Amino acid sequence: MASNEEILAGLAEIVNSETGLDEADVQLDKSFTEDLDIDSISMMTIVVEAEEKFDVKIPDEEVKNLKTVGDAVSFIAGAQA
Amino acid sequence: MARKVVITGLGATTPIGGDVPTLWENALKGVSGAATLEDDWVKEYDLPVTFAARASVQPAEVLSRPETKRMDPSTQFAVIASREAWADSGLNKEEIDHNKLAVAFATGIGGVWTLLNAWDTLREKGPRRVLPMTVPMLMPNGPAAAVSLDLGAAGGAHTPVSACASGTEAMHVGLELIRSGKADVVMVGGAEAAIHPMPMAAFASMHALSRRNDDPAKASRPYDTDRDGFVMGEGAGALVLESEEHALARGARIYAELAGSSVTSDAHHITAPDPDGSGATRALKAAMYDGRIQPEDVVHVNAHATSTPVGDAPEYTALKNALGDQLDNVWVSATKSQMGHLLGASGAVESVLCALAVYHRTTPVTINLDNQDPAIPLKVVTGEPQALPAEGSIVALNNSFGFGGHNAVVAIRSV
Repeated sequence: MASNEEILAGLAEIVNSETGLDEADVQLDKSFTEDLDIDSISMMTIVVEAEEKFDVKIPDEEVKNLKTVGDAVSFIAGAQA
Repeated sequence: MARKVVITGLGATTPIGGDVPTLWENALKGVSGAATLEDDWVKEYDLPVTFAARASVQPAEVLSRPETKRMDPSTQFAVIASREAWADSGLNKEEIDHNKLAVAFATGIGGVWTLLNAWDTLREKGPRRVLPMTVPMLMPNGPAAAVSLDLGAAGGAHTPVSACASGTEAMHVGLELIRSGKADVVMVGGAEAAIHPMPMAAFASMHALSRRNDDPAKASRPYDTDRDGFVMGEGAGALVLESEEHALARGARIYAELAGSSVTSDAHHITAPDPDGSGATRALKAAMYDGRIQPEDVVHVNAHATSTPVGDAPEYTALKNALGDQLDNVWVSATKSQMGHLLGASGAVESVLCALAVYHRTTPVTINLDNQDPAIPLKVVTGEPQALPAEGSIVALNNSFGFGGHNAVVAIRSV
């Protein structure tokens, strides 16, 4: 099971490969849309890749609740349990 | 009087050069871009053809990671070539009328890597793992769309698809867009990335590919009596077409005039060329008529010449029909001998070479022509480049023919 720090680092790597954003800019308080300027197609790509990386399921209806990077880390941490 | 159209920027990424200066240097020198494929899939599927001509600079070396992830390799090649052509033209995105900037970027096969990778993912991991960018990556208009986005070209983005004639047909589309006044500047080109086991198997199945697995560098040999098929290549070519008045107003460097073009169809057979070369003859004559070109104006031809046993001869017949006795004075280059066959990109890359040939008044060379087929008595450039007439107006023709009976010809004139 990945720790919250490991989940954040893993998400930062996925965001970087998808958008080119610096991994250091992917912080818990950042909004995917407002701060990181991630569109819906990229968001779904990040979700699918996170599911694979962390071996979890993120239901489509849950994605709209993942407003910040922290929301995603918390959800993935909980889903691993 | 129709508007005159000129070529003001060139770009290319090919098996014999990742940019135009390297491509041109090697095209004059005579090198082969073909090599044995090291990919695991060659052995995994026991492919009957084990070599190809890969782009000498792979896109990951020049594009950012998100770009390579979000674009099919064919689109990656298109964007690389288009960026080079744009920079070469000296055009400024801030100053141009974006509504008069269009794109005509061709492909023969489209996003085949994306399509087949997604199919593999679906079968191995299920639908959830098929990424949402799959459709925009596999669509054949992907290269044209990406180039349009990259340049901010709002005057329309077209995707001519006519197999191996596609790249030359894009030139034709670009010429018409400017002549009609719909555009002042058009980024035209072609891109292909089909060195994938499925197309390799499929082209091998129809015996279109050379099987000279023991000597890839000698495999592409247009007009040679021992030719046995083409060599699969990959890459892209791009040209900035511009109305002459637009180019002159900004003091642009002009390589050549795109004087005429034509597209015809054989309506003869889905893959075999018309043995009389009548469709190709009509295309040649129409392109010359379109550019007000007489046979004696023509001094150079970049031939389609793929190195297949049945394809090379009808092109000679067509050239003879169109140029008559002048053909004896025409230097013919078969540059697929060097870089293999870039399918939908080939016409664009070869148009880049024609523009440079009339600009520098010298020709690329043909390699591997050891015993010229007596049925094809063309004056082929072998060994050293041949100087073209130093004075006066000269014309180079670029022929491209595609499965489906597509014939496309462009005529490029010195300025």
